Amino acid sequence: MSPSLLVEQTLNGVQLGAMLFLMAAGLTLVFGIMNLINLAHGSLYMLGAYFAAAATNATGNFWLGVALALAATALVGAALERLLLRRFYARSHLHQVLVTFGLILVFNEMTRLIAGPAPLKFALPDVLTGSVNIMPGVPYPVFRLVILGVGLLVAAMLYLVIQHTRLGMWIRAGASDRPMAAAMGVDVELIFVAVFSAGAALAGLAGLMAGPVLAVQVGMGEPVLILALVVTVIGGVGSMKGAFVAAMAIGLIDTFGRVLLPPALGAMIIFIAMAAILLWRPQGLFPVHG
Amino acid sequence: MDEPVRPRTACPSRDGLVIAAIVAAFACLPPVANAIDQPFLIRVGQRVVIFALAASALNLTLGFGGMISLMHAAFFGLGAYVVAILSFHEVNGDSLGTGPLALVGTSHLALSLPLAVAAGAAVSALLGAAALRTTGVYFIMITLAFNQMLFYYFVAQQTYGGEDGLQIPGALDLAGLDPARRTPYFYVCLAIFAVALVGLQRVVGSRFGMVLRGAKQNERRVITVGVPAFRYKLAAFAISGALTALAGGLMAGAEQFVSPAEMSWSRSGELVVMCVLGGLDTVWGPALGAAAFLILEFGLSNYTTHWQLPFGLIVIAVAAFSREDVAAWARRAGWRA
Repeated sequence: MSPSLLVEQTLNGVQLGAMLFLMAAGLTLVFGIMNLINLAHGSLYMLGAYFAAAATNATGNFWLGVALALAATALVGAALERLLLRRFYARSHLHQVLVTFGLILVFNEMTRLIAGPAPLKFALPDVLTGSVNIMPGVPYPVFRLVILGVGLLVAAMLYLVIQHTRLGMWIRAGASDRPMAAAMGVDVELIFVAVFSAGAALAGLAGLMAGPVLAVQVGMGEPVLILALVVTVIGGVGSMKGAFVAAMAIGLIDTFGRVLLPPALGAMIIFIAMAAILLWRPQGLFPVHG
Repeated sequence: MDEPVRPRTACPSRDGLVIAAIVAAFACLPPVANAIDQPFLIRVGQRVVIFALAASALNLTLGFGGMISLMHAAFFGLGAYVVAILSFHEVNGDSLGTGPLALVGTSHLALSLPLAVAAGAAVSALLGAAALRTTGVYFIMITLAFNQMLFYYFVAQQTYGGEDGLQIPGALDLAGLDPARRTPYFYVCLAIFAVALVGLQRVVGSRFGMVLRGAKQNERRVITVGVPAFRYKLAAFAISGALTALAGGLMAGAEQFVSPAEMSWSRSGELVVMCVLGGLDTVWGPALGAAAFLILEFGLSNYTTHWQLPFGLIVIAVAAFSREDVAAWARRAGWRA
């Protein structure tokens, strides 16, 4: 493998890792704090992309579109939590799987009904198009670098919020022992809404950044959801640090696997890696609940 | 907290009667469909019987073993692909693989169906052994990931059509019967389904089934009395995977076509919905759930192409209002994640 290809594929891998982290952060926090397995997390990713495409096309301004899409996805997340999913925190995992599976069907079909079956397109502003030379003679798309940068920035911000603010302290307390945190006066209901809508916004952010690269279409969230679940499981459900480490690892393994391995093996390599890691540590790399 | 595990067969004749009634009701379908001149209903009934078999197989792990598997569609697809690929190689006149393990292709279902069952048992035992090291939410997510692993495996098989699927090129043959003749093939599937259901009823009522149900309620206690619960759960998972692959093989015969779409993870979710619709605590419930599911799907899709919207709402309602006693065990099983 030539040095330029190595650099390029490493960037691709870290970029995929950054996207996966944005997805897995919400999944892992929602499970860690509310004990809810949310299969509909991929629908929020899809909604982020659709909202961004619709708002950008309506306003003609990409940045306004992005801001509106993030707000709208967070709002959908908050509504979902308040109106439906909070009733399922104390229910069995089977019921959680069922209700979020039903939500996927509903979200997919409503999107198809409203936006039509054809994939949407939305244009990037000129600043974000084109490419730069990352090495002499090796161009790389600017937008992919932006995705990478945003992902790492959000990861750093999440780290600061969770480790160094009062809200973050409550979230950590809620994740490690919810009844005790509630007994000590943490407003758990507020934490629930905050975590769920923040997780939704992060999924929406991942979706709207993937939109211009892939296609904005119904069902686009499901493949990413599966990868994010793999990340969550490897990292240890509930652990942000685990989600970050696992997201980067899966991003790189998947990218290099597809380049270096035969197609069938390349498509399966992350699942094989997952199985191997779980044989070694069944609770993931950074287990939260001792 | 835990109720004692009693032999399920407190009233064995009742469960047996219900099974007989379900099989008899299914058996009436072809003459009725022909009498009202709606022969396409036989095709719908064919799907119902095959999915009833798959859902009943899933329920051995889901309902009786408390293992929420989201990878059973992969076993279904695996069974279908075994039948299709063997027929593909017979028509091509080459062999599958090389060396001493090379298999000659065949279009005889009497050969390929047992091989589908064996493949289902082997793959479910292998992947189950990895997945069963975990419990609760980890188990759900891992089975989901394994489902996609097998899905992508078959998507990558360009020889067998990749993403587009594989049209079975030759005429299949089941001991002289062409599966394309719908009515006789329907009765063959029904007979296999009936035998499987009676077999599952016996398994659940046996000591093996008691250990399985005991492990669902309190695995630690089962281990403490000296029973290796892991082996029982793995054996149940393998039986379940093998029967699901059998259903997939029968489907390949009925449709003459296989595709990775049949093994997507949403199909796994649908199988779980079938089981929950019919009830998890009987052997025959999932068969009724499969019938309800497919009839609902068929009915709604006649009215609107957007049938998944009302269908999703129904699934949400089922999740919101289904009985809490089912929830109790799963919470206990899952809480230790």
